[in-house]
Amino acid sequence: MADRNLVIERRHFVLPASEIGRLIAALARRDYEVHGPRVRDGAIVYDHIESPKELPVGWTDEQEPGRYGLKRRADDAFFGYVVGPQSLKKYLHPADVRLLSAERKDGTFRILNNETAPKHPYAFLGVRACELAAVGAQDRVLLEDKYVDPVYKERRLGVFVVAVQCTQSAKTCFCVSMGTGPRARAGFDLALTELLGNGSHGFVVETGSERGAEVLAELQAAPATDADLHEAEAAVEGAARQQVRSIDTTGIKELLYQNFEHPRWDDVARRCLTCANCTMVCPTCFCTTVEDVTDVTGDHAERWRRWDSCFTLGFSYIHGGNIRNSSKARYRQWMTHKLASWIDQFGGSGCVGCGRCITWCPPGIDITEEVRAIREG
Amino acid sequence: MSSEKKKSRPRIAVFKFASCDGCQLSLLDAEDELLAVVGAVEIAYFPEATRTMLKGPYDIGLVEGSVITHGDAERIQEVRRKCKTLITIGACATAGGIQALRNWKDVDEFIRVVYASPQYISTLKLSTPIAEHVPVDFELRGCPINKYQLVELISATLAGRKPNIPTYSVCIECKRKANVCIAVARGIACLGPVTQAGCGALCPSYDRGCYGCYGPMETPNTASLTDQLRILGQSNDQIQRAFRGFNAWAWQFRQASEECQRK
Repeated sequence: MADRNLVIERRHFVLPASEIGRLIAALARRDYEVHGPRVRDGAIVYDHIESPKELPVGWTDEQEPGRYGLKRRADDAFFGYVVGPQSLKKYLHPADVRLLSAERKDGTFRILNNETAPKHPYAFLGVRACELAAVGAQDRVLLEDKYVDPVYKERRLGVFVVAVQCTQSAKTCFCVSMGTGPRARAGFDLALTELLGNGSHGFVVETGSERGAEVLAELQAAPATDADLHEAEAAVEGAARQQVRSIDTTGIKELLYQNFEHPRWDDVARRCLTCANCTMVCPTCFCTTVEDVTDVTGDHAERWRRWDSCFTLGFSYIHGGNIRNSSKARYRQWMTHKLASWIDQFGGSGCVGCGRCITWCPPGIDITEEVRAIREG
Repeated sequence: MSSEKKKSRPRIAVFKFASCDGCQLSLLDAEDELLAVVGAVEIAYFPEATRTMLKGPYDIGLVEGSVITHGDAERIQEVRRKCKTLITIGACATAGGIQALRNWKDVDEFIRVVYASPQYISTLKLSTPIAEHVPVDFELRGCPINKYQLVELISATLAGRKPNIPTYSVCIECKRKANVCIAVARGIACLGPVTQAGCGALCPSYDRGCYGCYGPMETPNTASLTDQLRILGQSNDQIQRAFRGFNAWAWQFRQASEECQRK
């Protein structure tokens, strides 16, 4: 983890595109398991990366409400896409974790060794500003609150982050309005801005930690000129200008708290499938359920923690019944928590503007439109 | 397990009604767990597996198949009387099965067309789930059922705990597996959002849209999914066929298939 309290001198370098392989190798040498973007099943997902050939070279993504597609680029950009369906939540707050297993033998029972931590710390390559903001939101909930989640902690601490500054936005992006991007300002060890202009292909690299600087020192990096920095800055500003969606966050907590009975909730409930896809793809949604299982003999038992969703009936089951029976109540709960009560709970918004809930909602429910409709009365 | 407990192993019976036997086979197919199951329970009646047929009463009755004849309708009453806990397994038993497609047609016409001597055929007009005839303690969905869910259900029943059989959508299982959504990324028609989990998102994991084998999830919004399928280019006939699969007679799918016919 890039220590967010540690202020180091930010230094900028330029790195030829051909050095990306050596960056991956340098991280692997340091015992990191490197995970980054990769094309699989028609999308760019996070996966184990050992060579730059595995990166989505020359691919981009097109996103709209309820639609995602890959398309060939005219160049060989490594990171010429925006965000895929998966987030770092897949690694740091996994979908299924065995919390414990136990066995009964000779009239007593004992808890078995339940080591679940990954063998090697993760290094993540290609992490976007919204993603880092989401990790920050999960840190606040799972690491920095009164109760620390040990599963998250053992995966999160020691993570090495190579951020990539966005130089394009999808139609579903709205990080500018959430104040989380497109520029990543903290939380990384190295941040790359990929530049493809003037027939050259390379990166402007910003160091975010001493560890990052050490890794960079092993690569063929040269100090960046003012012209390089301007080009990188302009590319990121271009991504910001492309954004067509936004949420007006002015007084949003009060807005949603005062509109529990707004007719828009009925409207969205007609479209909402309560399938829970939005919560599964949301990089900050952290809710889980716990299942106890036994085998047929009753001599072995396991306790599993799995991603849960406020869109399921079981989520709000308390003795005697469910408190959110209607899909209206469930959508309202999700959005109001994400944008309003999260602020009361954790001191900031639960939404980072990545747009995944818009893209991966089969009927394409658009959180930015829902907020706008409520604001407009 | 103590020998004392072994003496009082719960007695299990497996009954078949109108069905293909695939769900019973799921039990036999649970190879890794089968010996443990046989060790934990007494298989008292299971004609598909053994010629030994012990008389009731039984602690747990597993019922496969739907009710399609007068004989079925009488026999299920008897089965219910013999079983302390009655569990229905599979889409036939829980929703009427694929044979419930007859429910929209003229069965007498089928009989006249298909059988050389129709006078020997006695059948009901509808294929109906077991729960329409007798009280059922638990319905295990699927076509066929998932053997792990069956073992979990038996284990939970023996341990006296609530089984972990979720009623939410297939999408939750699909996303937990880190699958890329085939509906969003490739425009493939998929019933996952309105279908109950349990199969482990089998078809979407192999680039097929969900066929709805596990029946309607807890709160299916079939109207919204129908709109979505239309946007993906599905015709009313295609949408109707999608909802008229193994769980066609489950009321939410039944209603959805009739609605899209009307539009």
